Amino acid sequence: MRKQPAAVPRQRVNPLKELWRNKFLYILVLPAMIYTFVFSYMSLPYMAIAFEKFNYKTGIFSPFVGLKNFEYFFKSSWAWTITRNTLVINVLFLAVGTVCAVALAIALNEVHAKRLLKTSQSFMLFPYFISWVIVSYMLQGILGTDNGLINNIIISMGGEKINFYADANYWYPILLILNIWKTTGYNAIVYLAAITGIDEGLYEAAYIDGATRWKRIRYITLPLLMPTICILTLMSVGRIFYGDFGMMYAIIRDNSSLMPIAEVIDTYVYRTFKNTGDPSLSMAVGLYQSIVGFILVFTSNWIVRRHFPDGALF
Amino acid sequence: MSANPAGASLARNKIQTSKGDKLAQFLIYFFVILFALVCLVPFILVIIVSFTEEKSITINGYSFFPAQWSLDAYQRLFSKSSNIPRAYQVTGFATIVGTLIASLITFGAGYTLANKQCRYRNGLSLYFYITMVFSAGMVPWYMISKMVGCYDNIWALIVPSLLFSPFNMFLVRNFVRGIPDALNESARIDGAGEVRIAFTIYLPLCMPVLATIALFYAIGYWNNYFNCVMLINDQKYYNLQMMLLKIQSEITAMQKVAQGVTRGAPPKESFKMATSVITMGPIILLYPFLQKYFVKGMVIGAVKG
Repeated sequence: MRKQPAAVPRQRVNPLKELWRNKFLYILVLPAMIYTFVFSYMSLPYMAIAFEKFNYKTGIFSPFVGLKNFEYFFKSSWAWTITRNTLVINVLFLAVGTVCAVALAIALNEVHAKRLLKTSQSFMLFPYFISWVIVSYMLQGILGTDNGLINNIIISMGGEKINFYADANYWYPILLILNIWKTTGYNAIVYLAAITGIDEGLYEAAYIDGATRWKRIRYITLPLLMPTICILTLMSVGRIFYGDFGMMYAIIRDNSSLMPIAEVIDTYVYRTFKNTGDPSLSMAVGLYQSIVGFILVFTSNWIVRRHFPDGALF
Repeated sequence: MSANPAGASLARNKIQTSKGDKLAQFLIYFFVILFALVCLVPFILVIIVSFTEEKSITINGYSFFPAQWSLDAYQRLFSKSSNIPRAYQVTGFATIVGTLIASLITFGAGYTLANKQCRYRNGLSLYFYITMVFSAGMVPWYMISKMVGCYDNIWALIVPSLLFSPFNMFLVRNFVRGIPDALNESARIDGAGEVRIAFTIYLPLCMPVLATIALFYAIGYWNNYFNCVMLINDQKYYNLQMMLLKIQSEITAMQKVAQGVTRGAPPKESFKMATSVITMGPIILLYPFLQKYFVKGMVIGAVKG
C-alpha cells in the first residue's frame, strides 16, 4: 500500500490524479455506485414507455401514442379513488402516528424503572420486526368472521357477527390502528433520542423552581422537541404520495369489497401490471405518482430549508 | 436519562411526591405498560393458537384458553411432504448472504463518503441522494431485474432493491464522521495502509452502526415477499413469506403439502399460526443480541443526520 499525504491542499486537482491517489476509497464506493446506477438511473429511459404502446419485442422503442395511456387512466374512476385513498391513508398515518410516537417517547423518558423500560421497549419493537403477512394473519385471528376473537365475544354476549372483511367502512380506522401498532415503538426511539439530547440543566433548574412533572414536559420537553417533530413530519410529507405496498397488499390482497377504501396507487400499479400485462398503462400511473411525489418532496424541502436550515435534505 | 438528578430527589422529596405528580407518574406507567401489552398480546394469541387442536378452533374460534392442546400443526410443518423446510432454506440463504454483502457494500460506500480525503464525496452523496427522492417505479424495476438475470433464481430474492439502501449508507457515513480525524492521521503516521485503516481500525469502531444496518437489512430480507411475487415463478424458490401468502389464498393446495401424518381434516388455522410462529421466531430472537447496538446506532446515525 502506498502511503498518502495526510493533508490534501485545497485547490483544483486533476480528476484522474484524484482518482488514482484515492483509488482504494473509490474502489470501496464502486459497488454501491454500480448498483445504484443499474437499479435507479438506468430506469429513467424506461419512463418513455408511458407514452408508447409497449411491445416486448421493440422494448423502449415501441410505437409512440402520446398521452393516450394517461387519458385512459384519468378518465377511469380509479384515478380519483386511488389518489384520495393514498392521501387520506398517509395523512392519517402521519398525523396520528406522529402524535403517538411523541407521546410514547415522552412517556418512556419519564419511566425510571430500568428493567421495566427495557422490557416494554422490546415488546414495543416486536411488531416492527415482523412482516405484514404475519400481521394480516393476526388480524384475521382477531377480526375473522367465523372464528375471530371479536366476533366470538360478540356472539357470547348475544350479538350479531360483524363481517369486517366485506364492509369497507371499517377499514380506515383498522388500517390506522395497524400502522400505529406496528410503527410507534420504532418511531418513538428517534424522538427519545432527541429528548435525550436536551440539556439536563434545564430540568434541574425547573425542578428547583418547583415545576411539576407535567409542567416540565409542557414547557421544556415539548418546545425543545418541536424542531425535530417539524423536520421529521415535513420529510414524511414528501412520501405522502407513495402507498405502502408491503402493508396494503398483504392486508387487503385481492379483496375487491375493500378496494374502494384501501386500493392505493402502488397496489393499483401492481394490479394493472399483473392483470392487463400492459406495462405502458402501469408506467403511466407510476409516472404520475413519481412526478407528483417529486414535487411534494421539493416543496416540503423548500419549507424545511426556510424554517429549519439545519434540517433541509438538500 | 432521568429528569430529576438522584442527589436532588432526596432533598426535594416534597415536590416529587405532590399529588399531581404522583398521578401523572401513575398514568405514564399505566399507559407504557398498556401499550407494551397491546404490542405483545397478538403474538401470544398466535403462539397459543398454533398449539391448539384444530377441532377446538372450529368449535370455539380463536381463544387464549384452548379446550385442547396439540402439536399436530408442527408435526405437519416438519413432515416430509411439507414445503416449509425448503422455504426456510431459501429465506435463510437469501437473508444471510444478502445481509453480509449488503452490509459490506454499505460500509464501503459510507466510509468513503465520510472520508475527507475523497474530494468528490459531496458529489457522490448527491448521486446517491437523488435516488432516495425520485424513483421510476415498479415497471422499470421489473424489466431491469429481468434484464440483469435476476429472474426465477435465488438472486432474484437477493439483489433487486434489497442489496443496498442509501438510507443505511447515510447512517454509516454520519457515524464515521463522528470518529475524530486524528485517528486516521495517527494510523497513517504509524504506517498503516489504506486497507488496514478501513478494515482493522474503522470497521471495528463502527460495530454499533453496522449492527443496526445489518438488522435493517436482515429484516428487509426476511420479511420480503414483493421480490418473490414479482420475479419468481418456480415454486422451488418460494420463500417463507410467499408461502404464508399462498397458504391464505390456496388452502387446498397447502393441504396437499401438509398431507400425511394423521388422518382427518388437515389443520388449517393452527397450521397457519404455526407457520407464522416459525417465521417470526428467528428475527425476534435476533433482536436481543443486537439490542445493545441498535438504539446507539440509531441515535448517532439518525439524529445527527
